[in-house]
Amino acid sequence: MKRSKQWLIAAGLMASAAASQAAGTLIYCSESSPGGFDPAQYLSGADFDASAETVFNRLVEFERGGTKVIPALAESWTISPDGKVYTFKLRKGVKFHSTDYFKPTRDFNADDVVFTFSRMLDKNHPFRKAYPTEFPYFTDMGLDGNIAKVEKLDPQTVRFTLKNVDAAFIQNLAMSFASVQSAEYADKLLKAGKASEINQKPIGTGPFVFRRYQKDAQIRFSGNKQYWKPADVKLDNLVFAITTDASVRAQKLKKGECHVTVYPRPADVPSLKADPNVTVLSKPGFNLGYLAYNVEKPTLKKLEVRQALDMAVNKDAILKAVYQDAGQKADNALPPTQWSYNKAIKATAYNPAKAKELLAKAGYPKGFEMTLWAMPVQRPYNPNARLMAEMMQADFAKVGVKAKIVSYEWGEYMKRAMKGEHDAILIGWTGDNGDPDNWMNNLYGCDSVKGSNYSKWCYKPFDDLVQKAKVTTNVAERSKLYSKSQEVLKGQVPITPIAHSTVNQPVRKNVQGFKVSPFGLHSFYGVSVK
Amino acid sequence: MFTFILRRLGLLIPTFFGITLLTFGLIRMIPGDPVEVMMGERSLDPQMHAEALHRLGLDKPLYAQYFDYLSNLARGDLGQSLVTRENVWAEFTTLFPATLELALCAMLFASVVGLLAGVLAAIKRGSLFDHGVMGISLTGFSMPIFWWGLVLIMFFSVSLGWTPVSGRLDLMFDIPPDTGFMLIDAWRAEAADPEYNAGAFKDALMHLILPSIVLGTIPLAVIARMTRSSMLEVMQEDYVRTARAKGLSPARVIFVHTLRNALIPVLTVMGLQVGVLMGGAVLTETIFSWPGIGKWLIDAIGRRDYPVVQNGILIVATLVILTNFIVDILYGIANPRIRHAK
Repeated sequence: MKRSKQWLIAAGLMASAAASQAAGTLIYCSESSPGGFDPAQYLSGADFDASAETVFNRLVEFERGGTKVIPALAESWTISPDGKVYTFKLRKGVKFHSTDYFKPTRDFNADDVVFTFSRMLDKNHPFRKAYPTEFPYFTDMGLDGNIAKVEKLDPQTVRFTLKNVDAAFIQNLAMSFASVQSAEYADKLLKAGKASEINQKPIGTGPFVFRRYQKDAQIRFSGNKQYWKPADVKLDNLVFAITTDASVRAQKLKKGECHVTVYPRPADVPSLKADPNVTVLSKPGFNLGYLAYNVEKPTLKKLEVRQALDMAVNKDAILKAVYQDAGQKADNALPPTQWSYNKAIKATAYNPAKAKELLAKAGYPKGFEMTLWAMPVQRPYNPNARLMAEMMQADFAKVGVKAKIVSYEWGEYMKRAMKGEHDAILIGWTGDNGDPDNWMNNLYGCDSVKGSNYSKWCYKPFDDLVQKAKVTTNVAERSKLYSKSQEVLKGQVPITPIAHSTVNQPVRKNVQGFKVSPFGLHSFYGVSVK
Repeated sequence: MFTFILRRLGLLIPTFFGITLLTFGLIRMIPGDPVEVMMGERSLDPQMHAEALHRLGLDKPLYAQYFDYLSNLARGDLGQSLVTRENVWAEFTTLFPATLELALCAMLFASVVGLLAGVLAAIKRGSLFDHGVMGISLTGFSMPIFWWGLVLIMFFSVSLGWTPVSGRLDLMFDIPPDTGFMLIDAWRAEAADPEYNAGAFKDALMHLILPSIVLGTIPLAVIARMTRSSMLEVMQEDYVRTARAKGLSPARVIFVHTLRNALIPVLTVMGLQVGVLMGGAVLTETIFSWPGIGKWLIDAIGRRDYPVVQNGILIVATLVILTNFIVDILYGIANPRIRHAK
């Protein structure tokens, strides 16, 4: 049986069944079991919290609680004048975790970076042959098509060559899926015919060492005593208590059975705020809930119709009822915390009378009928899409538009939405990498018309701006281009931005140093328990 | 007797095939494949989608997939989870002890309380107690499990602070799952290292109280009502009257002459409750974050993890069928009228 000194201290305090807390142990009530521990295979926060945020590091990382990229396994990097070649100088003396299933013989070096990216790039990579899998995030961010090669120049230098300039490349490398694996460990697994264990027994360089996982129950990590940033490891043990039900998580936090929980439901926030032992940290969410108009439909193709619907929606009422005031009214098509955000753009004022006039001008004096799609699930940017749809239905009825609410099971909903079967659809987005391209091109660009551009809106003056911004490396210049593109978008109304939900993060008062991630992740480096 | 067993076994085979067909068909009727569900609002690269479906064998026609499924089953291969890529049988055996431990405790609670309440209600027939037991058991039977679980948590765990909110053990204890039965593991850990693991067994026991009550509520109601009616029936029998006339003590009449005979149908009902317990476990485990097969199956349905859903349900159904089969046989042994019925 494994135990550490903390358990000795804890044992003395555990005479009663009441939870006693060992110093240096933090319990986090997570929402679900991770699919596995190989971050490159997954997409959700629950998967990344349990692997990328604990066990692994990336070449560059987002600063804790922010979207700014800082050096991590790469100490520094240079970009070639044409913006296509990135050369990274790697950090020396970084140790991979030593566990009962793997003991590293060498420090982190360029081989590890090359292995990590080659596995994702090359379908004939020996490791991928032995353990076939897809890398959905890597593909989704377009890196599979854009990285031409990854080379080791010397043990401490790696060079990435891109096919096309991608100004968001560095931001992309900070994302969880780009976590650096150990090439030595992968070799060992491959030789032993156990390649699949890369997903069950992770080895990384991160602040916490994986110890044990019991499906649906708990994941145990211990603090990495050899971490390259020793000051960041303030916990001896980190335990994920997998707790699926949101109300139960809130109760566990109140009772002290966990120190931090994943985001609560809006309904649980007031009682958590009232609890003397709990602090609710709040942050404007890096997300947007919006209504997208399918411009491929004859009615919604007309600008006046979209403008009319835009001013028929009573956003203030929605904010109160759906977000229960835990949200911020959206003025623009991306969150205000995203750099390049154009502050001059304001939400269209609620004006049903003018909306009617515009509809009449567009040739619909008696209104028209349309479908309004409502998501069947709660998402970070929209806690209750059904209620939101019902409120909009009433708003639209006031201007003569008869909206029929449509909903499908979540997988089916997305599949049909991407095909463009809807007239108007409630949807949203949480930023992936802190880069404006992730919003402006991914959600509204011509490249995404067959995918996540739910308005199916391909408008050349807008697209030219975002495509130019994508290949511009100068940040000030990019910012100007995106700012301008937001004005164009506002004028064409492919969407009605509704709200950015506020992220409420409850933690026990004895937790220190916790920072709310704009990406909805949970990191515990730099965190301690008093 | 042999023919009886053969006849019962013969019925098992079509049932088994029926289950495979039903689970295979039902999970595929839910829209969205595992890759689409994972992608959420993201664009799905068609090439990646096709490759993933091919790797998972989901690009074949349905009849071919069903045939593969059956031939793998015939070889004893339950396949791998599409999400975790772990062997389904291995996942099942890791999680099943948690469900079994909870089901046994729930059954113990339901049997002891149910039998006692049923017997007392029958003895005091028509009294306030009798009406109370019948009323409460009817309420218990109709109680939504989710709501009932949350009410108990709010009251006993949060307001009174008597019981833990959820889970199987305070996570400050670090006890490896040797047997998977937390009571046994905690007991052994505490016995081996009383200093380090003081209180682990008691803590595991405390964690079992609320989920056992919640899961045991419906069986308890059924057992109480069944015991009462069976007792009342037997109490009318001539041999009970004779026993009373012989001047035996009331306790002897009730416990030796009446209860023993009244128990036969009650035991059958208890056997049938295994299915109810498995169904109830799905919800109870979700509320109490109990890492058992109920929660496992719910997650698998959400993620369209076909092998887990198909084979997980198949294993559970097989267990329920086998339990009922054994009950049938035992009942046949006890009651020749059943055995010889055509």
